[in-house]
Amino acid sequence: MANKLIDLLGITKSYNNNIVLDDFNLYIRENEFLTLLGPSGCGKTTTLRIIGGFEQPDSGKVMLDGRDITNVPPNKRQLNTVFQKYALFTHMTIAENIAFGLKLKNKSKTYIDDKIKYALKLVNLDGYGNRKPDSLSGGQQQRIAIARAIVNEPKILLLDEPLGALDLKLRQDMQYELIRLKNELGITFIYVTHDQEEALTMSDTIVVMNQGYIQQIGTPEDIYNEPQNAFVADFIGDSNLIDAVMIEDRLVSFLNAKWNCVDENFGVNKPVDVVIRPEDVVLCKPEDGTISGEVTHVIFKGVHYEMEVMAGNFEWLVHSTLMHPVGEKVGITVDPFNIQIMNKPESEDEEVAYIEE
Amino acid sequence: MKSRHSKWLSMPFLAWSILFILIPLFMIFYYGFVDKSGQFTTENILSIMKPEHLKALGLSILLSMIATIICLILAYPLSMILSRLGVNQNSFIVLIFILPMWMNFLLRTLAWQTLLEKTGVINSILSFLHLPALNIINTPYAIILGMVYNFLPFMVLPIYNSLIKLDKDVINAARDLGANGVQTFIKVIFPLTLPGVISGITMVFIPALTTFVISNLLGGSKILLIGNVIEQEFTHASNWNLGSGLSLIMMIFIIISMGASTIFDKNGEAGLI
Repeated sequence: MANKLIDLLGITKSYNNNIVLDDFNLYIRENEFLTLLGPSGCGKTTTLRIIGGFEQPDSGKVMLDGRDITNVPPNKRQLNTVFQKYALFTHMTIAENIAFGLKLKNKSKTYIDDKIKYALKLVNLDGYGNRKPDSLSGGQQQRIAIARAIVNEPKILLLDEPLGALDLKLRQDMQYELIRLKNELGITFIYVTHDQEEALTMSDTIVVMNQGYIQQIGTPEDIYNEPQNAFVADFIGDSNLIDAVMIEDRLVSFLNAKWNCVDENFGVNKPVDVVIRPEDVVLCKPEDGTISGEVTHVIFKGVHYEMEVMAGNFEWLVHSTLMHPVGEKVGITVDPFNIQIMNKPESEDEEVAYIEE
Repeated sequence: MKSRHSKWLSMPFLAWSILFILIPLFMIFYYGFVDKSGQFTTENILSIMKPEHLKALGLSILLSMIATIICLILAYPLSMILSRLGVNQNSFIVLIFILPMWMNFLLRTLAWQTLLEKTGVINSILSFLHLPALNIINTPYAIILGMVYNFLPFMVLPIYNSLIKLDKDVINAARDLGANGVQTFIKVIFPLTLPGVISGITMVFIPALTTFVISNLLGGSKILLIGNVIEQEFTHASNWNLGSGLSLIMMIFIIISMGASTIFDKNGEAGLI
């Protein structure tokens, strides 16, 4: 495995007695596309700003390539940031914006001109050099902001919800563009977003955060398929989150029924949370189901139908390509493999332990 | 529909503009270009070339420029400090700063007269402390002091406004790209607040250029600015024609400085004039 490029050690940060990050530890490997994902106020932006040098942690260390940079000002750090609202210099042309960092490093004019050309080509905005930022659309401005950052050849590119202000179509295009850029440039991306879809699409590693604590670290597949707690399950994608009791290994009870599952070592008669993705709920004839109920809502979503089924006093969210009309009696079964068992958190902001990879 | 409505809504202001702006302006033009018998003449306009008028105009421009520069030097750092304070603190401090503006302009200038007089408050304190007396009343220094005191808020407000509108992340971006504090200020913060600065300069320079109250009260009768010359032509000499002619010259200066400010303030960001 590649070495740790950024290492955050015991970072604590609070504003006005409001703790945003509490003994926060995280490392980021070289060439990784790492996403900090969480609801607003979870500390993800603060984490990014501490790495960028715009905020000082109250305690803890920021290591870059094994060197302590906690007290190094932003202009002396070998990393660049793409800001949420672009933060372009409106009094300069696009070319001057891109040249800003290079001029400060006293690069030669030919070097700078080459770099501007290269960067504009990279972000598909060839020939825009002489225009002013105000004359560009939001998506174009964002790409200029990215170009302005990457010409400095940073070791790490920090991106603070860079697609947040763009419309859906543009956002999807830019997601592909970012993945392409990351592969072409071979630099480490640290990406902050509250959009779980964005995180699942682009990341190598997702760090799910809530209230200043890491809830889970893993690949997009891990996070989606095997959420470690109710928060992660609820935040990532749609899910049926149900109170349950683990009767014994491979057997769990919820909604007054017993279900086979594949999890072990939770103990005997232990309260747990169960998460079942809507696409894993299988509808069948009432007599064949583990439990049965009645369809209450149907919405056509394009790829699938989204249905709500009242069964066992619980409103199940079901995704299926087969439509069952409202009022139909149905049974519900779930493949044991698709029942995800999670420990109940001991406190609301309990930190989930690191995951070995 | 919409345009017809707005046409009606603009009627009161239109009537006001014609009665109290256009007609008086036309009359100034008329008086400026005729002599006392009503004959067309350019003599009133050209009288600006008379040495005493040129001297007054030159002194006006010089003193206004000095006052404007002092205001800028005082206002920019102050605005920066204000813009960095938290919302509660800053509205309180802005209030304290604006408070004197609510007092009558004449009263404030008269207060300075009392303070600066040969036997005034400041000199009484200085002599009590056995310090040398401060003799700046009736000198250009007193006029500059009066200008700076009275017009400083007009410099602070537009600069402060443009500073608080500046996106914090733009400054962060400059730092992020390798600029130190000084470079960030020179290359990013100052250019982006230039509209505010230009607006402030215009708002201090123009009233300073045309003032006659400050020079009357703090300059005695010895120092004549162009404002005093015009005022005296209207009041003492009763020569409305000459006064109007000189006013037109002043208007040209004002239009030039306003024109300069609009060139810099393309986005209309400062928008205080």
